[in-house]
Order: sequence, then structure tokens, then C-alpha cells
Amino acid sequence: MTSEATFLDGQPSLYPRDWSRQPAAHTPDYKTTRARSPRRPLVRLDQVSHEGSGPLFNHEDLGDHDWDLLTNFAAPGTTAIGPRLIVHGRVLDENARPVPNTLVECWQANAGGRYRHKVDTYLAAIDPNFGGCGRTLTDEHGQYRFRTIMPGAYPWPNGPNTWRPAHIHFSIFGHSFSQRLITQCYFEGDPFIPLCAIVKTIPSPEAIDALTARLDMETTIPHDTVAYKFDIVLRGRRASFFENRPEGT
Amino acid sequence: MSQMRPNTKVLHETASQTAGPYVHIGLAPRAAGFDIYEKESGHDIAGPYAEGQRIRVEGIVWDGDGNPVKDVLLEVWQPNAAGVFVGKGDVEEGFRGWGRIACDFETGLYRVDTVKPGAVAPEAPHLNLWIVARGINIGLNTRMYFPEEAAANAADPVLTKLDDAALRETLIADTGTDVEGYLTYRFDIALQGARETVFFDI
Ligand SMILES: [Fe+3]
Repeated sequence: MTSEATFLDGQPSLYPRDWSRQPAAHTPDYKTTRARSPRRPLVRLDQVSHEGSGPLFNHEDLGDHDWDLLTNFAAPGTTAIGPRLIVHGRVLDENARPVPNTLVECWQANAGGRYRHKVDTYLAAIDPNFGGCGRTLTDEHGQYRFRTIMPGAYPWPNGPNTWRPAHIHFSIFGHSFSQRLITQCYFEGDPFIPLCAIVKTIPSPEAIDALTARLDMETTIPHDTVAYKFDIVLRGRRASFFENRPEGT
Repeated sequence: MSQMRPNTKVLHETASQTAGPYVHIGLAPRAAGFDIYEKESGHDIAGPYAEGQRIRVEGIVWDGDGNPVKDVLLEVWQPNAAGVFVGKGDVEEGFRGWGRIACDFETGLYRVDTVKPGAVAPEAPHLNLWIVARGINIGLNTRMYFPEEAAANAADPVLTKLDDAALRETLIADTGTDVEGYLTYRFDIALQGARETVFFDI
């Protein structure tokens, strides 16, 4: 393209996606990808008209308790069943800058590994006090926090005896629609992690390690709730940007 | 005084993982079968006061075996009829530009109600689409262009990057027809196969 220099309002584009750390579309050991993977390479676009824009959310879009899966679907005075859990961390970009005020959504199975969904027929019981979803906005430091219960591992029909490690699904927006990301958070020490065909779609051991939340004893609340830390990194902008700050500081 | 701070790439983007078959629990709980949020996001792209042509887009996302992908979830990102994205200038009250669509679990049909986006030069009017589902390891980006915009489409820098007309065709909806007051377009998406849709690395 020859129009790059004048493209739109000069928004710097994002770093190109690093495909050495992202799963390919066709990963046949995860069987469902066989028929659902595009076979032509993606067409790379350096600049697009929506560069630097993305959906905006604010506190009016959310309820006060949406972040608290322990109680957000529970009858008054009750909580979901399972080990009480805090999952928290920061949303950063590749330049290590915090991504403030962005929507983070999550969903998960209950402590028995059962999802509250029309199509989940696993024999583990539904927890009447657990919906299984939450959402929040990051604060000015890019921090988010969910309170929930530790999800259970569950079987899935990829093979004759295949189980998903305990995980929480995360959806993150960022400030540009090109930063949009869905991923899953695992928990350190889970023996199912190295066996899982979905985990193994990721070609980089470091990238898998970065999806593994760490026990956080500093944030763990004594006699109350265990905490795990899970940081999320979205793509960053290539170009420098201007900051208003007094000269000499 | 403004001061420039250089950007340095010091971290790696978090790896994507499939949204899985239960994506609706997190992103569209009503479709999953329960009501939990007072305001579920993504149902109204344009809002009541948006100017421009009201349109409806319907279609099916097909897998490589010719089956509808019934657990698919789509997101739309678009400017208003004047070509202004939310966050980039003034838009009508209630215009979000963003929508989230679960398809019909029986048929696989998705439906988007919105207004026709304006052009953002030098590109022709289009909807940006992002697609996730079980078996999709990383969200797929594509676009829907409008068949009546032949001149703008012919000058569009993204369409003209595709040298094969058959590839360009995968990004252009079928001619719109009037249904219940909406100008209704059909736009099917093929994840794989002879008519595989063009997807972008953006
Ligand atoms: Fe899951």
C-alpha cells in the first residue's frame, strides 16, 4: 500500500503479531481444528481504518457484583461451592504499559467441572449458586480482580480419555479492536496441563508458562481465600507517543 | 511541554486459546440459558438515534465439512453512517459501533441488526468481524463489504490487495433485499474449503 503515510489520523500501528508464540489454526491433535481451520495464510494488513479504535465500556455497563463469581449468581446469604479463589493481575501491553479501563470478562466450570450451559451434559452436578461468569474493568494501573471458586477439571471428547486442566476462560478488549484476545488461564502444578491438546496448540513453552497462574501468598487472605496471579499482555504500539509532562521531570 | 517516550517491546503478547463451546456463558449468558447481568453487552450496535440506512446481515459460518458452526460467536466493529468510530469523534447518543452475536443453536444462522457504516477513507464501507468458536485457536478477523458499493470497492486498498476476484468475492455480501423494513444482506463465511473466506492478520 502506498497510502500508509497519510492513513487516517496517524495512529501508530500495533507490532505485528508474533506467530511463534501463537497457535496455528490447524492443530490436528486438537481434532475440532481439522475442519474449522482456514488453510490459506492470513492476509497481512499493515494499517486498517479502525486502527487505534475499539469498543469502549464504562462502569454503567456493569453491575457492582459482576466481578464476584462467588456470589453473583448465589441466593442471598449463600456462596458457590468450592475452594474460594481470587484471580487477579495486570493487563499490560507489549511495551509494559498498563492498559487501564478495559473490559475483562471470564467464564469457567464449577468446582465439579460442570458448565452452566444448554449443551454441557457432563454428569457432575450443577451448583445452583454458581453462574460461572464475571466481568470487570481494569483500574488506572491495569489491575483486575475476580473472586470465584477453583474450577474442576472436566472430560472432553477429543480422545478416549482426555481431560481439560482446571482453567478459567478470559476475554480482553484493549484499546484497539486488533488487540482483542481470548485465552485460558491455568494453575501451576496441574498435572493435566502438559497432557492437554488445547494447551499444546501453543508452539512455545514460555508462552504456555505465561498462561499458568502462580500461587500468590501475599494476596491470599488468611483463613479466607487463596489467591493466584495472572498477568495478561496485549499487543503494543510500535511508534513513540507524546506525553504531556512538565519539562525537566 | 510534550515529551516523547520511546516504545520498547519488552513483553510478549499472551497466547490465544480457543473460546471453546461454552463461550456464551462468559460473553452471552442469555444464549447459554441463564440471565445474570442486569445489562448484557453487545445486543444493540447502533442505538435508537443513529442516522443512516438500517440494515440486517444474516448468514451461516460453515466448516470444511459443509456443516454450520453452531457454537460460533461473532463480534462486529464499525463506524457510524458518517464514517466515525466511537472514540474518534462525535457519534449519535447510544451508538456503540460494537456488537456481539451468538447464532441460532439449531440452524447456525447469525443475525446482525445495525446501520450501514460510512466509508473511512481510503477504504470502502465495511463491517469488521471477529469470529471465535470451539476449534478456532485464535479469533479470526474478516470483513463484510457491500455489493452496491462497486466503485468504492474497486478502489479499496484491502480488496485490491487481493489479486484474485474469487477471493474478493468472499468478502462481499449478496445483494440486499427489503425484509421487515431492514435492508437485509446475506453473508456466509467459510472457515475452510473451496470458498474459504479471506481472513486477515491485522
Ligand atoms: Fe473450558
